Amino acid sequence: MSIPLPAFVAIPLVTAFLLPIFGKKGKAAATVLANLATVSLLVLAIVSVGQSRVYEIGKWSIPLGINLVLDGLSSLLLLAISVVSTAAMFFSIRYMEQYTAKAKYLSLFLLMVAGMNGVVLSGDIFNLFVFLEIASIASYALVGFGCEHEELEASFKYMVLGSIGSIFILFAVALVYGNTGSLNMAYISKAIQSSGLNAGLTFALGLFIAGFGLKAALVPFHAWLPDAHPSAPAPISAMLSGVLIKTLGVYALTRVVFNVFGISISTGWLLIALGLLSMVAGAFLAIGQWDLKRLMAYSSISQLGYVVLGIGLGGLIIAEGGNLAWASLAILGGLFHLVNHAVYKSLLFLTSGSVEMSTGTRQMRQMGGLAEKMPVTRATCIIASASIAGIPPFSGFWSKLILVVAAIQASFYWVAAIIVFVSLCTLIMYLKVQRYVFLGELPENLQQSKEAKNSMLVAMIFLACLCVLMGLLVLVPSLRSHILNPAVKVLTDGLEYSTKIINM
Amino acid sequence: MKGMTIIVKTISSWVKVLVFLFGIYIILFGHLTPGGGFAGGVILAASYVLLMLAFGREFVEKNLPLPLASRLDCLGAFLFALIAILGLVFGGSFFVNFLYQKYLPGQPLNLISAGTIPLSNLAIGLKVGASLFLVIFTLSICCKDFKTDTSTHKKEE
Repeated sequence: MSIPLPAFVAIPLVTAFLLPIFGKKGKAAATVLANLATVSLLVLAIVSVGQSRVYEIGKWSIPLGINLVLDGLSSLLLLAISVVSTAAMFFSIRYMEQYTAKAKYLSLFLLMVAGMNGVVLSGDIFNLFVFLEIASIASYALVGFGCEHEELEASFKYMVLGSIGSIFILFAVALVYGNTGSLNMAYISKAIQSSGLNAGLTFALGLFIAGFGLKAALVPFHAWLPDAHPSAPAPISAMLSGVLIKTLGVYALTRVVFNVFGISISTGWLLIALGLLSMVAGAFLAIGQWDLKRLMAYSSISQLGYVVLGIGLGGLIIAEGGNLAWASLAILGGLFHLVNHAVYKSLLFLTSGSVEMSTGTRQMRQMGGLAEKMPVTRATCIIASASIAGIPPFSGFWSKLILVVAAIQASFYWVAAIIVFVSLCTLIMYLKVQRYVFLGELPENLQQSKEAKNSMLVAMIFLACLCVLMGLLVLVPSLRSHILNPAVKVLTDGLEYSTKIINM
Repeated sequence: MKGMTIIVKTISSWVKVLVFLFGIYIILFGHLTPGGGFAGGVILAASYVLLMLAFGREFVEKNLPLPLASRLDCLGAFLFALIAILGLVFGGSFFVNFLYQKYLPGQPLNLISAGTIPLSNLAIGLKVGASLFLVIFTLSICCKDFKTDTSTHKKEE
């Protein structure tokens, strides 16, 4: 069955604008409708796996009109977005009862989902920017949703840095249009292949890397993330850390670098350097934190470093003309780590929300001994921690293993060593979480703390099951060839993207 | 003291109708003359801003209550998306101009022509007018209170 691709953007968008009409009385109806929207997106994303199509909006053919492109990489990201948004939306049913204006929250949430789906599907670089802004602006509002002093400050900081990133991207789009005369990614790529990179286009590539790097919070550009992600309500932290920085940052960056400009040795090294820097700096900064959600936010920076490192390593091997098998292995590791991180980091943020809801604090020094009071939260948190630290049966282990194997095969032994070392740091920081939050003595004032409510538990258990089962994505050959390999192939094919799109 | 002097109030109560009508004209003739949904919507919002400047915020709030404005805002966006989806249903592709291609092939430069484009302009005008009004209204909520001593404010912060 072929689904009209705009449905991925239209369903959340239409629902988002319907919800405020319900007002204060129809809160239950609005919640049901919003959940229906995310679940239907999940179903559509699962159905669309393995397809690759081009959709011309309004039947205008490509150089003139706008097109949406569904290929392996897009459908992988769509799957990640819809899984995390379904879980986060289900979690918010009960969690967001603490806040006022739930209908507005649901509406902004769906707008953010629409923006992310749009970024992933867009085949036109200016529309990519427009959808990126929709998702970013919705997330600025959601970070400040609590309207407390700290949240507004974090939201303002995020907004200023996010807007700088957007301006970089807009300038780069303008430069690309001026130099190639097209906004369609396939046609830009064709123009670059025939005439080569000139100074303006090289500068545009630099601006793209800086702009998308800001959105992805890679290390020199990471200053906004440790404030913004902890301040948001927990399901939004899960969405931001789980998928937003990946779609707006890593996906857009890899799409532009691999499929539009073409990977070169210097960009490959740049991506590796950014990845390594994020990994090491993020891990060191995370270990010292005493705020539960802030620790997880720093760990997101570190984990995103793995993704960029894997993709950069693959790109470098391709650019140097090395063995394509090891290049695809490195990219497979990076992309698989992206999906894994989406699942376990959103689970970690949901558990932190459940802890914060029952204890009323995020400071780990004031907690302890919650294991008996919140058994399910504790169990899911252990699964997620084991997964992120790379303990064998869980998903995180497989992606890190693939990255290490790829690095050793391509004789980047020091990179493999750093991957293992950062993995150890990750283990330390999550042991710290277990020790100070769930073990130890229960303080007097937390005797009354209760386990999370039904809908929150269901969302956490759903993600925890995925954490355990995700390893099957690489271990079962038929799943791998359907979900991950097409995504890897999009990146290893590089500039063949343009001829494929134009001929499709 | 609410609003400005009687001269400003009288003039703006005459002008507001003209400004509002001009906004509607710009929206409805968007497919024929320069302008369109966005420009017309800004002019619609400007007519309310004129009222707000002349008569004060409370007067405007009675005239166009905030919940209504917020709903009009959502309605505009919803209508625009609906037109796109109707294109999918009747024309076979998202955003297809099905009215022009199938049902209403009017002559260029006539008022009834261009299919769904005037309808989209209408939706955008509604959206932009209502949301720009809301933006300016929200910005005007914060104001400096000259009567109370500023030192008390600092303590509250």
